[in-house]
Amino acid sequence: MAKPNTTITLPEYQQERIGSQIAEGEKIVSARPRVLSDVVTNYCPGCTHGIVNRLVAEVINELGIEGKTVGIAPVGCSVMMYDFFNCDMIEAAHGRAPAVATGVKRVHPENVVFAYQGDGDLASIGTAETVHAATRGEKITVIFINNAIYGMTGGQMAPTSLPNQVTQTSPYGRDVSKVGYPVRIAEMVSTLDGVAYVERVTCDSRKHIMDAKKAIKKAFQNQIDGLGYSLVEVVATCPTNWGMTPLDAFQWLRDNMLPYYPLGVYKDVVADGFANAAEAALERAKDCPIAQQGKEE
Amino acid sequence: MARIIVDDVFCKGCGLCVAACPKGVLALDQERITPKGYHPAKQVKEGCIGCSSCYATCPDVAITVVK
Amino acid sequence: MAQKTNAQERVLMKGNEVLAEAAMRAGCRFFFGYPITPQTELAAYMAKRLPLIGGTFLQAESEVAAINMVYGAAAAGARVMTSSSSPGVSLKSEGVSYMAGADLPGVIVNVQRGGPGLGGIQPSQSDYFQATRALGHGDYFMPVLAPSTVQEMADLIYDAFDLADEYRTPAMILADGMIGQMMEPVQLPEERDPSTLPAKPWATSGTHMERKHNVVNSLYLSPEKLEETNRARFERYEQIKEKHQRAELMMCDDAEIVVVAFGAASRIARTAVRDARAAGIKAGLLRPITLWPYPTKAIDELCEGSARAFLSVELNMGQMVDDVRLAVSGRASVDFYGRTGGVLPTPEEVFAAIQKVAAGLEPEAAAAGGVAGGVLPHPIDRKSTYERGE
Repeated sequence: MAKPNTTITLPEYQQERIGSQIAEGEKIVSARPRVLSDVVTNYCPGCTHGIVNRLVAEVINELGIEGKTVGIAPVGCSVMMYDFFNCDMIEAAHGRAPAVATGVKRVHPENVVFAYQGDGDLASIGTAETVHAATRGEKITVIFINNAIYGMTGGQMAPTSLPNQVTQTSPYGRDVSKVGYPVRIAEMVSTLDGVAYVERVTCDSRKHIMDAKKAIKKAFQNQIDGLGYSLVEVVATCPTNWGMTPLDAFQWLRDNMLPYYPLGVYKDVVADGFANAAEAALERAKDCPIAQQGKEE
Repeated sequence: MARIIVDDVFCKGCGLCVAACPKGVLALDQERITPKGYHPAKQVKEGCIGCSSCYATCPDVAITVVK
Repeated sequence: MAQKTNAQERVLMKGNEVLAEAAMRAGCRFFFGYPITPQTELAAYMAKRLPLIGGTFLQAESEVAAINMVYGAAAAGARVMTSSSSPGVSLKSEGVSYMAGADLPGVIVNVQRGGPGLGGIQPSQSDYFQATRALGHGDYFMPVLAPSTVQEMADLIYDAFDLADEYRTPAMILADGMIGQMMEPVQLPEERDPSTLPAKPWATSGTHMERKHNVVNSLYLSPEKLEETNRARFERYEQIKEKHQRAELMMCDDAEIVVVAFGAASRIARTAVRDARAAGIKAGLLRPITLWPYPTKAIDELCEGSARAFLSVELNMGQMVDDVRLAVSGRASVDFYGRTGGVLPTPEEVFAAIQKVAAGLEPEAAAAGGVAGGVLPHPIDRKSTYERGE
């Protein structure tokens, strides 16, 4: 395994245009992680996808796993993620990232495989793939961006759109009596036995961004340690399709999203005193004789 | 003294860094337009403490902080 | 091509199990599937054997998930396969299109049953269009191999893996419930060590900081770039058409009536052609082994030789007959005889259909306007829309 990167340096492509502006004796405090490529994202100004992309990149750099990481991009606004990262990347069909990640991980268990998915991708069309990858305990890391709307197609109602939220396809507000309630992924996934860790974070402030990074790092570390499936849900914004400035979007997130989607750790088998997801699952089913077969005493 | 360098290639002028700066030393540069057509962020005053709040909130990872 | 050693004995095995055993011998170590009749023995065999040889068998939550696991494993550089039957293959169409778009190799087995919808569970060839016109959306084809014996189940799946890898394309084995379920003696192909297979430098298995990062992707937002990618793929298709058309010819040297049939239908047609010969009719059998690329060269040669009429015999309402017509291009008459829904025709029925075509070749019938006379013993009788060209 490569050594974790401790000193902060500019990526090669910034040496000239940024490096030339750094005076002798000046030290870099923060810079683009090198696993991010020299590509301007397709994200709108102020879109939080960019923040979470960077957190993932920083974690990959800090863990020194760039060379063995394989990322799975979804369909949605982050569909072009394969262009933004310098590690191996695969573009999956809409919602199928967990199945694709499963295929990669089963072939190369030594790879670190992450899937990055939005709410339409993960919580609507790919719900089955999500639930089953989680319950199988696939040793993968899933980053879930919940911004309560379909961004790329122009602002349609998402599985996570809030009650009464106005979108292009819920122009009178999400009517829960007709279309039902938002899917709460962190809560749902945390009930599954194959899951090692689920946390819901957000990115509206520096503190929350740092918390999000910690959670993402843990979700990657869990995979390296072979603990089971890990998912980090990031409550995010979509200023463009919410029709707000990026700052107003953060306020709307605090006012409406966070009360519906409370932040916090929903499952952490290690914090619960287990070695991994498998051990926790065994304990949960302790009264089921067949489930205990083969258990090491 | 700490300061920031903005990479105009990446900056989309969203202003999140301006709002995040605890010292209020950043602003969008209304005099300039990036190749993509945005007014980029800029340090307009002394007083940067190198806290990297701007870097942390920048969705386009356009900011380098030096000290 | 599958190598066999003389030392290897023939064993009695079921078609579906042979597909599984031969795939493993071809170096396949990853199987992702979802249960469906009539291919279950294949998955069951894989579930038993793969873990013992260091492979992975995984029953997915759906066919959709299974094919996307195949996509991921193929992207990671593995020899990988999935198998299903007609309704399940429809669900896999999305993933197969993405595999084609991302130039990923892999083998898809379809042990066909009758359709549409849930249809039935008896043998059928009603997915011919689906297989040969490309399974999913978009501009693409894939090699489709059609075994007619248990031995060919072994030989063709072995070849399918090689074709898929060589041309970076999904490839399909289009079998049916009859060959899948039957037992015949088979000589299994040589065991191949997966580590000796050609390297896949494009695979996404981590850069190990030794190369530029690889991307597996089918998205091209620039129309020009997408067209360029599609054109490059079609150049490969041309090579496949040139090098890999396969068909078996039986009694065709002087045949005036060529029965065209693949898979299970060809087994019945073979008997009917022999019966026709015994009755003095100059009949022969053309059995396509590759359904895509279609063996047009063989049909060309027959048209340039003694063939005056073609009769496509299928377990459907008439699908391959379109390819026969395209290949014949008006140089001979083309007729069709088929049963559908899982009903197998008897050799007698097919023989009667040959007799009817033979009657149409009589001078007076030709003068009267082609294949008009005679009544088939079954109402499914689609008349030729082509006159015989002289």
